[in-house]
Amino acid sequence: MRPFAYARAQSADAAIAAMAQDARAAFLAGGTNIVDLIKLDVAQPGTLIDIGALPLAAIEVATDGSVRIGALARMSDTADHTAVRSGAPCVAMALNLSASAQLRNMASIGGNVLQRTRCVYFRDVTQPCNKRQPGSGCSAIGGDDRKMAIFGANDRCIAVNPSDFSVAMLTTDATIHLRGPAGERTTPFLGFQRLPDDPALDTNIVRGELITAISFMPTALTRNSTYLKVRDRASYEFALVSVAAALDVRNGTIHDARVALGGVAHAPWRARAAEAALIGKPAVRATFAAAADAELRAAKPQRLNGFKVVMAKNAMVRALGTLGGAA
Amino acid sequence: MIGAPLTRVDGVAKVTGAARYSYEEPVANTAYGVIVTSTIAAGRIASIDAKEAQSLAGVLLVLSHENAPRVKADAGDRKLQVLQDDAVFYDRQPVALIVADTFERATDAASRVRVTYDRKAPATTMSSPGAQTYTPSQANNNPPDTTRGDFDAAFASAPVKLDNSYVTPTEFHNPMEPHATLAMWSGDELTIYDTSQGVFPRRASVAKIFGIPDTSVRVVSKFIGGGFGSKGGTNPYCVLAAMAAKVIGRPVKVVLTRPQMFGGFGNRPRTEQRVRLGADRSGKLTAMAHDVRSQGSRYDDFIENAAVISRMLYAVPNQITTHRGVRYDVVTPTYMRAPGESSGSFALESAMDELAYATGTDPLELRLINYAETDLSEQKPFSSKSLRQCYAQAAQRFGWASRKAAPRSMRTPDGLLAGYGMASSTYPSNRSSASAAATMHADGTVLATSGGCDIGTGAYTAFTQVAAEAIGLPVARVRFDLGDTTMPPAPEAGGSQLTASVANAVHAAGVALREKLAGLATANRNSPLHGRQLADLAFGDGRVFVRAQPVTGERYADIVRHSGAPSVMARADVQHDRRAKGPYSSHAFGAHFAEVHVDPDLGTVRLARMVSAFAAGTIVNAKTARSQFLGGTVWGVSMALHEEGRIDERTGRYMNASLENYLVPVNADIPSIEIILVDEQDEFVNPLGIKGIGEIGNVGSAAAVANAVYHATGKRVRELPISPEKLLT
Amino acid sequence: MALGKVTRRRFLVRSAIPAIAAGIGIGVPRLNAVAQAASSVSIVPASGPGAVPVTLNVNGTEHAMRIEPRVTLLDALREQLGLTGTKKGCDQGQCGACTVLVDGRRVNACLTLAIAAEGKKVTTVEGLASDGKLHPVQAAFLEYDAFQCGYCTPGQICSAVGLIAEGRTRSDAEIREFMSGNICRCGAYTNIVAAVKAAAGHA
Repeated sequence: MRPFAYARAQSADAAIAAMAQDARAAFLAGGTNIVDLIKLDVAQPGTLIDIGALPLAAIEVATDGSVRIGALARMSDTADHTAVRSGAPCVAMALNLSASAQLRNMASIGGNVLQRTRCVYFRDVTQPCNKRQPGSGCSAIGGDDRKMAIFGANDRCIAVNPSDFSVAMLTTDATIHLRGPAGERTTPFLGFQRLPDDPALDTNIVRGELITAISFMPTALTRNSTYLKVRDRASYEFALVSVAAALDVRNGTIHDARVALGGVAHAPWRARAAEAALIGKPAVRATFAAAADAELRAAKPQRLNGFKVVMAKNAMVRALGTLGGAA
Repeated sequence: MIGAPLTRVDGVAKVTGAARYSYEEPVANTAYGVIVTSTIAAGRIASIDAKEAQSLAGVLLVLSHENAPRVKADAGDRKLQVLQDDAVFYDRQPVALIVADTFERATDAASRVRVTYDRKAPATTMSSPGAQTYTPSQANNNPPDTTRGDFDAAFASAPVKLDNSYVTPTEFHNPMEPHATLAMWSGDELTIYDTSQGVFPRRASVAKIFGIPDTSVRVVSKFIGGGFGSKGGTNPYCVLAAMAAKVIGRPVKVVLTRPQMFGGFGNRPRTEQRVRLGADRSGKLTAMAHDVRSQGSRYDDFIENAAVISRMLYAVPNQITTHRGVRYDVVTPTYMRAPGESSGSFALESAMDELAYATGTDPLELRLINYAETDLSEQKPFSSKSLRQCYAQAAQRFGWASRKAAPRSMRTPDGLLAGYGMASSTYPSNRSSASAAATMHADGTVLATSGGCDIGTGAYTAFTQVAAEAIGLPVARVRFDLGDTTMPPAPEAGGSQLTASVANAVHAAGVALREKLAGLATANRNSPLHGRQLADLAFGDGRVFVRAQPVTGERYADIVRHSGAPSVMARADVQHDRRAKGPYSSHAFGAHFAEVHVDPDLGTVRLARMVSAFAAGTIVNAKTARSQFLGGTVWGVSMALHEEGRIDERTGRYMNASLENYLVPVNADIPSIEIILVDEQDEFVNPLGIKGIGEIGNVGSAAAVANAVYHATGKRVRELPISPEKLLT
Repeated sequence: MALGKVTRRRFLVRSAIPAIAAGIGIGVPRLNAVAQAASSVSIVPASGPGAVPVTLNVNGTEHAMRIEPRVTLLDALREQLGLTGTKKGCDQGQCGACTVLVDGRRVNACLTLAIAAEGKKVTTVEGLASDGKLHPVQAAFLEYDAFQCGYCTPGQICSAVGLIAEGRTRSDAEIREFMSGNICRCGAYTNIVAAVKAAAGHA
């Protein structure tokens, strides 16, 4: 663990400014990812700017009904919040199925979206990794690739994004609120996390920017959602495959649908082919199976994870099945 | 008192955080050692550049093969020749040690040591080019190969034949407490606070490595955060701590990181086991062959004795068993909870389950058909065997009778596949020489000691009970201490032998003490017991009294006071050669019954419940014994479903070297396990009738779960763990 | 000596004026300058990387310490305050042995920087018993033999105290799920659930 300085920010702007002044600075919120990566020598910041005391932890419902989750809201508080539970049940479910109660008490929502892959080659600095050391190669390719991607990977990186929350948020057309040296901006949640065209980049955040909030508008669609997480042991493990699904079923017909997969790609995977195969069709098992087939047709498994294709397909059918009967 | 479910006497210390685990001993001026490990599995160190590391503030020492003190060659395993030369035999082999004044500085400096290698392409699997098969001279102190009857003829003529191979993966112990040593020298005298399962074996080994007499080494291990075999043998971290402490003339503690626990001391070796069963159409066995191939290193011998259990568990007249080692570029494997029996029972008990389905016999009935009334391998009667009672009580409690025979025939209310499986369990009753002392103080309290270790088994509590019973005192007036080589010697807490060994010594010491006290009283003309014969006396509630006239007696405290000495001490040395063969074969036995639920779409298996019954002679403490059986059984569940060291075949590095990726069960994985203690008295196994219980829970339990998975799914998985891909594809 | 040197640097920042935020402070950081600024200016003082004064409130006692910012709460408790009840199992947030309560909520001390815990109330296993009387969770762990080696136990107990405060004890399944962040390699799980249930008053 390399030495670093520590600064406690009293305001968001002070934090952003401090970051702008120091190319080796990094933000510290819950610490569950950055402190871990520092111990592994994967991250070697010169200064940690502690933003933990900033007033960004509130979860609020705006007058237009939209739900705004402060970036420093803890995962546990977010999972327990009524507006989240009713507005997007799959988000609360995803959070409660993440990590452990202790980690959920520490980790912030903003940090969750920015957390780095759990790829064992990325986390072991003795192994070449394009994400850590651009150009050094991807050790996961041809190695233990059981947990790696089946969608959107390339010959430079096959790692997957570990966030459950992000997968669930893709059912909501959420917005990410950022503040940086150039002021504030918003960006759609979808697309914020990147595929590995440049493996060093996990997201489209600009250096020095701070996520301040994530917002979404509850709708009939988002209120009827579920999250299914498949893993080797019963708890305290990242997903092999996960499915977030939301259905708006009217008179037995699927009026609208959102489906996203976790554990399958470098970013949470919006299942657009599945959604297209669902909308306008009867909410029955055959429709769900056809949708899952449509999505997984494009899957490209690695050497040891062909099972993820079957698992994802069946998980999608299962998740949709639990929603199908609801209004 | 023996048998009572006494709450752990060291429990308050553990629940309040007061219990100090070895390396937590507060020793002034202790420096921190952090190990640098190899990043290749085979080859040589070309260069070590520690300039940057050495320049950091607080760094006190960089040790490597270039400057490390020499240790004695042939002082045990090759892996103990740490930093003695430039050879690299396995990934994560220690190649340097950094010592600094703080943990953070040592860790930082360790990350800045640059090592280059001349790398040799490693053989990283049992079937890699370059892997070498060898015939061992012994398999964990058992003959590697045995034959009885005529297997070939019996198998050839058997109406029902099965021939299948089973694989158990490399497993890592992962006790919650990392391995650690705090070492300090005073001249040529070495003291180590160690995470050790046996302070006396550790002392002997460390003394040999440094070429000093045993009496110059003191080893202390008062609390150990789990061992499971991994803290039995001496390992490089211990040698490094002692080396560094000597060089800098200051106490040094070396603690393994969690990733370093995947290579730092060994593992349960991967096994590939071929089991052939021949039987008649009723399922009665006529022939059995069990051939084992066991993962091994290039430089030391270790064999997982997986076929040994097959030699005695069933009444099969014609049998062959063999063990072969396979050398490749990995760390030397070691003992891990029920070494041999756990992995071997997976193969044997899976094969028996396959035979049950092949012959249309109920799996429990099949075991009864083949019940061994005597130990056919040793041609001896069992000193006691209550396996039938184990089967019956556990089956009854489990509701085995409600099982539908056909695979894939049972469902849960929410549509999952349900399956029932069972398996037998057994573990040999081991015992070694042990000594104990008991001292009566003038206040009527006793301090009893023996240098064993409590690795979580409940040894403190059990030996307190034994001492109290032997002396005739309430347990509240007995304190038992252990874990220090200044005490009377005891063997390692391994092979489920500690309780049987030490309890008999403690009991003997207690009896000697009470008789010594009685002798003092009967010789004292002022005592009411003056002139009485020992045979007429009885002991209890802190006093000696006349059996026929209990009001006539004297309190122990008064006897000590009248003796003129501050205390009265007695010691007992009970000799027993662990390998000595007596007229009886002694084993504990058990039976596991498991229900699993399988999601047929997702491939996930979850344990629903388990009922396991054990008969192991005298149970010293029903509460802690239950926990031992429970823990062992949980190990079988994760052996079946979770555990697997995943090696990168290109590099020989275990890539899932963390508790995130090496899966052990969490609370949600273990919904319900009921343990039944089956009454059993054994007059022959040892004076107190105690059989070991630490490992038997882990025998057969993986097979019971795997057999339940087959019953649920109709799919036989012969390679552990049963992860989703094995059921989905 | 570089690591031992105490440096305090301060960034000058005027909020909501990006030009200043991006520009003015740049020359300042390496100086020990104390900002005497207008009220519209907020200050981000940086400490370290050498040891700096930190006051930790642990089990109701204030401890004035000097620690490097990189020191975790876990190592500060164990190596500096001698509170070894809190255990290091993995040092990576993957086992729960280091669980303590910070402002009443259970967290992993191994991923918490000690310096970031300044101003908060830290409770460790050593701080649960009061007046020589075991906390009900401690007593229940004893009674139900909810441990063997005892190494994960302080973390399990602190976690259970947090769990009960969260109200997550409505069923065995809920206790199991919400106690899954504490690994017990000895396999005492069923006894742990029984102990937690008893302590929560649901026995």
